[in-house]
Amino acid sequence: MATQVDISSNGTGRVASPSFWSGVWQNHAPGYLFLLPWLIGFLGLTIGPILTSLYLSFTDFDLLTAPDWVGTDNYVRMFTNDPKFAASMRVTFVFVIFSVPLKLAFALGVALLLNRGMKGLPLYRALFYLPSLLGASVAIAILWRQIFAGNGLVNQFLANFGIQGPSWISNPNYSLWTLIILAIWQFGSPMIIFLAGLRQIPQDMYEAASLDGAGKWRQFWKITLPMLTPVVFFNAIIQTIEAFKSFTPSFIISAGTGGPINSTLFYTLNLYNEAFGFFRMGYASALAWVLLAIVALFTAFSFLTSKYWVHYDD
Amino acid sequence: MATSIQLRQIKKAYGDVQVIHGVDLTIEPGDFTVFVGPSGCGKSTLLRMIAGLEPITGGDLLIDGQRMNEVPAAKRGIAMVFQSYALYPHMSVYQNLAFGLETAKMPKAEIESRVQRAAEILKIEPLLKRKPKQLSGGQRQRVAIGRAIVREPKIFLFDEPLSNLDAELRVAMRVEIAKLHNDLGNTMIYVTHDQVEAMTMADKIVVLRAGVIEQAGAPLELYNNPRNLFVAGFIGSPKMNFLTATVEGATLKTGGVGLDLGREIAGATTLGIRPEHITIAEGSGVKFAEVTVDLVENLGGQTVVYATTKDGQGLTIVLEGQRSVDLGTKVSAYVDPAKAHLFDAQGMAIR
Repeated sequence: MATQVDISSNGTGRVASPSFWSGVWQNHAPGYLFLLPWLIGFLGLTIGPILTSLYLSFTDFDLLTAPDWVGTDNYVRMFTNDPKFAASMRVTFVFVIFSVPLKLAFALGVALLLNRGMKGLPLYRALFYLPSLLGASVAIAILWRQIFAGNGLVNQFLANFGIQGPSWISNPNYSLWTLIILAIWQFGSPMIIFLAGLRQIPQDMYEAASLDGAGKWRQFWKITLPMLTPVVFFNAIIQTIEAFKSFTPSFIISAGTGGPINSTLFYTLNLYNEAFGFFRMGYASALAWVLLAIVALFTAFSFLTSKYWVHYDD
Repeated sequence: MATSIQLRQIKKAYGDVQVIHGVDLTIEPGDFTVFVGPSGCGKSTLLRMIAGLEPITGGDLLIDGQRMNEVPAAKRGIAMVFQSYALYPHMSVYQNLAFGLETAKMPKAEIESRVQRAAEILKIEPLLKRKPKQLSGGQRQRVAIGRAIVREPKIFLFDEPLSNLDAELRVAMRVEIAKLHNDLGNTMIYVTHDQVEAMTMADKIVVLRAGVIEQAGAPLELYNNPRNLFVAGFIGSPKMNFLTATVEGATLKTGGVGLDLGREIAGATTLGIRPEHITIAEGSGVKFAEVTVDLVENLGGQTVVYATTKDGQGLTIVLEGQRSVDLGTKVSAYVDPAKAHLFDAQGMAIR
């Protein structure tokens, strides 16, 4: 439909050359009009800020004066002269490395239990999913602070056995772990996806295996897990990205400091403090781009290794 | 020595719904038995109860005289080929075949020789390194059978194994399974809804309907002497013709014509005649109907005529060879009275 044939008065047809674009416009105008609100949003609110932040990452910018071009200084400083950056990297990697596998294992375990065909399954599914809906919220983070505080629920419970628990959230040895437990507690969404994946495994696969003499344990390792690897892969990618981006819990529980002694200084919290605490917008933009690069590298690495351990059916 | 199977008053219920109503059946050692029936008749359920995949609600299952009701599937000495093949998609063909043997902790060398032997029998040696998704339907079917063979079971169970294959392949695999049975000599039970498969493969056919055995016997026994209307209609293709009839003395009135039975038979309400037993040439049997030809199918080897009797009953006639029959013509239908089947009002055969 890109070319229009114009039958002029003298009867000879000719291809309307003036413009390809007017042809497109004439043919697709309503479509583009309907697209416009989204297009404005996409260009103005997504692409624009992304490109701006890329530019800002090479500048010194405090919101009040115009950005100064500083070349790669921000990036150089990050890797050579910023102990907070190093601390936040360490905290974030520990968080990702422990919270993601533990959360996935827990989610898979619960999904396996729910998949045994129990009564009231929809109710349990909803209840288990609930923390995932609430988990990233401020209220839950505050609740978590109460639970793990020096005189919080956990320690009151431990006191029943004569154990004097530490103040979990104000002790740098434990504070990150309370956040990891909070993350694991939000196992709902990977669990729902695991549950759907388990439903996809044909029952006769298990019947064939049981005729072959395989018990439940062997069935799980030899059939369930390999056949679930596409779902494991998906969940691992999504949860890892989520974990790298995690912000609210550490912000609330440490009251925005990342303390005690930077022990809960998540990457994004550090970024937030740089941007809105110290108004170092250029440096914060550079931090954001480095995080993007880390997540992209991790995802690429996952995809590259996936062909060795992810089994696709067809 | 092959294995015998006995079912004694086998019942199956899901909650209040009873699906198998007390089945009694003896399967002789080395027999190829086919369970056949329409969908929902309980044939697969019965097979799965023998396999140990479904708990048995009532009655006894004996394998070689031993009660097996509570014995787990893996310990019954059976192997099963599933309709979906149930191959493990993430394992190679070799691993699929070896899985059961590895589970049994068999020595590696023994596993290898068994897999090799099964692969030779089924001609799948070049496929051993492939994954199931790289195989055609027929090849997957062979692997599924191979997985049963390697375990050297006493009994083979097949649950509609050919229904996912195209027609040509189905015939080829049918022949191969029959050959496999001859070579191995094991007791085999085969479930199908296809009566042609049943007729061609079985030593013994068990016709099931709604959880009850309608008739069990050799294929020709079922063909020649169906016990009731259901079996008569189920075995044979095209289906047996059923004409409503009335009896007056020794004369059976149907299709607008009186058929002399030569003896007095009371209570017959249905006349059953197989399409291949009807002729339209005078002098071969007795005339039993005058019909109008509606449709003619020339299959080359035979000609199928669809016609209607005077009183509006449909009749299918299979004639040998290539015959030219004009549409709309009136012809007379003849049958050898010895090949006519009579059924009473309850649908039971009168002999």
